[in-house]
Amino acid sequence: METPELTGNRMKKYLEGGKRFDGRGVEEYREMIIETGVSANAEGSARVKLGKTEVLVGIKMGVGEPYPDSQDKGNLMVTAELLPLSSSRYENGPPKFPAIELGRVTDRIIRESKFIELNKLVIKEGEKVWTVFVDIYSINDDGNLLDAAGIGAIAALKTAKIPKYDEKEGKVLFGEWTTKNIPLSKETPISITLHKIGNRFVVDPTLEEEDIAETRLTIGRTKDNISSMQKGNPQPISIEDLHKAIDLSEKMYTEVFKRIEKVVK
Amino acid sequence: MANKEFVRDDGRKFDELRPMTAKVGVVPNADGSAMFSFGKTIAIAAVYGPKELHPRNQRDPAKGTLRCNYNMLSFSVEDRIRPGPSRRSTEISKITEWALGPVVMIDEYPNMVIDVHIQIIQASASTRCAGINAAAMALAHAGIPMKSIVSSVSVGKLDKQLILDVNKYEDSVFDEGEGATDIPITFTSDEKITHFQLDGKISNEQLKEVIEMARKARKEIYEVQKKALKEALN
Repeated sequence: METPELTGNRMKKYLEGGKRFDGRGVEEYREMIIETGVSANAEGSARVKLGKTEVLVGIKMGVGEPYPDSQDKGNLMVTAELLPLSSSRYENGPPKFPAIELGRVTDRIIRESKFIELNKLVIKEGEKVWTVFVDIYSINDDGNLLDAAGIGAIAALKTAKIPKYDEKEGKVLFGEWTTKNIPLSKETPISITLHKIGNRFVVDPTLEEEDIAETRLTIGRTKDNISSMQKGNPQPISIEDLHKAIDLSEKMYTEVFKRIEKVVK
Repeated sequence: MANKEFVRDDGRKFDELRPMTAKVGVVPNADGSAMFSFGKTIAIAAVYGPKELHPRNQRDPAKGTLRCNYNMLSFSVEDRIRPGPSRRSTEISKITEWALGPVVMIDEYPNMVIDVHIQIIQASASTRCAGINAAAMALAHAGIPMKSIVSSVSVGKLDKQLILDVNKYEDSVFDEGEGATDIPITFTSDEKITHFQLDGKISNEQLKEVIEMARKARKEIYEVQKKALKEALN
């Protein structure tokens, strides 16, 4: 049930004049609602709504062995599920590419910006470290899950508490929490996804807009630095456009950061 | 025998349900959707369909197919669940189909399928009951013709004491005397039973009491479901 060509053509026509179907400007986000602490059994959790799009993100922690190539660091594992509950486009079964990409892109936004200070999550070097699980679920997909998931992951991580750990028994006391937060860097990375439709970049696309976009660029960045990028869709992008996108992402960062700041502080 | 003075770990009386909330229309993409909670147990359900069933060889020309899928979010419990289906979720999905099946007028949709997706957002026991309650509401919200709405509740037995709407402590921590028994039951609104499970140990006598307790609770749950559905119409 893709967006029909007729609708697509009309949308493109509108966009030429800088207008969108829902009346927004091209650099305007939909209403963003962020709630934290939405699941009592998670170490941290967040619900993010961008217009009709909704995702749930939960943080769980566990104790395990470090990876052979990072003996002095905790582990991070990000997974995403596109629930059939959230759209008629998704089906049960093993994760398909969009779900895998959503998890992996969000993983890199967190990992490459060094947002979690994984070196502080070591219990005994080379033997026992914390694993941070970031699990993302779509509840209603009306476009831009990538940004909703990125924002949700950050909000959930910022509000998470580390569970108690019994060192003698070597067991995590699930359901009991310390007062400690997960060690995080001061700079908050945000996922900014830009879609090129016709000759314009739009932010926060609806599902219909995603369908007709020629190129997609997800930029994981802090105020001053970009730490991860992913270009999606098979169409090429010009160097000039790439420059534009980079500049636009900086502007959008300030915009989005303002909105999430209140919630996660 | 149920001791009427019994006070539970969360302060409830033996025959008291946890506070319930219900809301319709929580997933805008779906044809029908609902949230239902018993205290800290929160379930959401979304209905897609009736729609064509694929693959074609699964189609039934005599009647439609009701397909339920129950799943718990990985962080809905204290000890993270690995994402994806498990033996437990597969069984509960089927049980849910059976619980809802008798009231859904599926004969009207030959060759079609109605998908019911249930997600447990936060778990504190009785998740299948909350899921069934949410699913029944979501089906009604989707405008699927039904003979009645089903309502589901769990009755427990702690040692010899009967309790209504089992919570997490009562489900997985309590272990004294005869131990804990968990009995989830689902009723139609004319009080036929469409789902019954039992794990533990109980006498014939007491089991009859259990059914009576669940029957009374059914009415309370039904009122909450009905109210939320009516609110959605306004």
